[in-house]
Amino acid sequence: MPPAPDVVAAARNAAAASRRGTERSRAVRAATERLVKRALFGCAALTVLSTFTILTILLWQSVGFFAMPEVSLGDFLTGTVWSPLLGDEKHFGIWPLVCGTLLVTAIAAAFALPVGLIVAVYLSEYAPRRVRAVLKPVLEVLAGIPTVVYGFFALEVITPFLHGQVSERFGTYNAASAGIAVGIMILPIVASLSEDALRAVPRSLRDAAYGLGGTKFDVSVKVVVPAALSGIMASWLLAITRAIGETMIVALAAGGLARMTADPTAEVQTMTAYMVQIFLGDAPATGVEYRSSYAVATVLFAITLAMTIAGDLFLRRFREEYD
Amino acid sequence: MTTPPTPASTADATHARRPAIAPHGVAGAAPAPAGHPELAVRAAGFNSWYGQFHALKDLALDIPARKVTALIGPSGCGKSTFLRWINRMNDTIPGARAEGTLTLDGGDLLDRGMDVVELRRRVGMVFQKPNPFPKSIYDNVAFGPRLHRKHSRTDLDELVENSLRAAALWNEVKDRLKSSALGLSGGQQQRLCIARAIAVGPEVLLMDEPCSALDPRSTASIEQLIRELETQYTIVIVTHNMQQAARVSDVTAFFYEGRVVEVGDTDRIFTNPANKQTEDYVSGRFG
Repeated sequence: MPPAPDVVAAARNAAAASRRGTERSRAVRAATERLVKRALFGCAALTVLSTFTILTILLWQSVGFFAMPEVSLGDFLTGTVWSPLLGDEKHFGIWPLVCGTLLVTAIAAAFALPVGLIVAVYLSEYAPRRVRAVLKPVLEVLAGIPTVVYGFFALEVITPFLHGQVSERFGTYNAASAGIAVGIMILPIVASLSEDALRAVPRSLRDAAYGLGGTKFDVSVKVVVPAALSGIMASWLLAITRAIGETMIVALAAGGLARMTADPTAEVQTMTAYMVQIFLGDAPATGVEYRSSYAVATVLFAITLAMTIAGDLFLRRFREEYD
Repeated sequence: MTTPPTPASTADATHARRPAIAPHGVAGAAPAPAGHPELAVRAAGFNSWYGQFHALKDLALDIPARKVTALIGPSGCGKSTFLRWINRMNDTIPGARAEGTLTLDGGDLLDRGMDVVELRRRVGMVFQKPNPFPKSIYDNVAFGPRLHRKHSRTDLDELVENSLRAAALWNEVKDRLKSSALGLSGGQQQRLCIARAIAVGPEVLLMDEPCSALDPRSTASIEQLIRELETQYTIVIVTHNMQQAARVSDVTAFFYEGRVVEVGDTDRIFTNPANKQTEDYVSGRFG
């Protein structure tokens, strides 16, 4: 049965009315659209602008540092003694600081990368839904703890434990304690991002492996982890980059003595901890010590930038297309 | 009184080319006894559930050995569910459970003590969408054998070659065994998946709509392959394509709403179905 003519007419009138409404608001709509577009562009531009400002300041101050009579670029890049504050003769060789950073990062990575991956495999492949519902939020809370708390944890818990239970050689400040605390701090990054990568592996690949008579362990280790390798690597690189840049924990727990050593029981100074020491100390803003921290920051920036680029290349090279 | 064994086995041999399965509920034929050499999989009074959903209802189906059995029926009728019980793939789905009789060569498939890893070695599976691992062609085929046993390099090479030959893929890939399986075409990938399943040495091959993601030419090559594999493997294939069922299978079972409505020789099911629903379905009137 066709609809009554008056109903049809009413519908037509309503549609016409709404069209008229559209005509009136067209100019307003276009203006709003332009405004939103500009606001979004402004936000995007702000992040790029701040990055470039930081970079410019870093480079400008670094140039000023190397222009000073006490320092040379060659000594800075090859020197193995860093003693800007002590003695009559100041040495600016970056390697002790790089070495301290690498030692702490290596300890953190040795702990967090494998443990984080194991946690991720457990969460994604083994954990019953209820366990996962508890464990995942706990990990996220771990990621939200301020790093200064980790620093205290290292000083108050990890260091006494290492000193009392492992070896007397661990001093009040040591690389191992800071490294372990940094490791605990980056663990959630590895676990959470790796788990995302593992869960993104299509179910069809798991089915294929189970269908061939694979055990859960076979499927996890021989199929799911290899298929998610690019994502796992990305989580590792991100975590390492984070560990290199970590400041508070190392400033509190690793100490302030810049030296070339691979001994985890020793006190070391990282690049970041040195910068804290300078900026919190009473070094005059025009002095060579003050400027040196900018040069150190530039090196730190270069290292993390290289890591990020390497990670990007790695991801592109090893990305598996499985769909 | 004792029955001499010879006539019985002769009877088996002569029956081999005859209809393997009597149509259920039509002639009231007695199902073949469990452990019968011509019978691979037997389901009787078989029920299965996904949580509260009753997916398979009091199902009875005998699947003959070294023949191709096609499971047809509209979507959601339980074909794939049944297929996935034969190698217990449903174990990976939370909330899936089953009751009743389901046997492979007389052995209870639903036994709690059943070693599913061993079972899946005996019952291979090919999936709807080709799902090669993101590994080399060689490593895909060698994956199963490596799981189960240590192989010498030469043994494994031979096994990979034989499996690829059996899947009619060897000539196309023999020069690039080390390159990624993901570079193959869809049809080649599906044949690779068949080779991968064969490499484990199964008795039964389950195929869940193996051609639904393939173009007609690839489909033709897979169908021909199924015909060749039939001499050595018991094949159960789920398909939505009626012509495909008619072309490749010896026995066809029509599923509808979790039950087997009719089962019998493929020729008969398609030319002279006993059940009205079957007739409507195979003639394309619904589903």
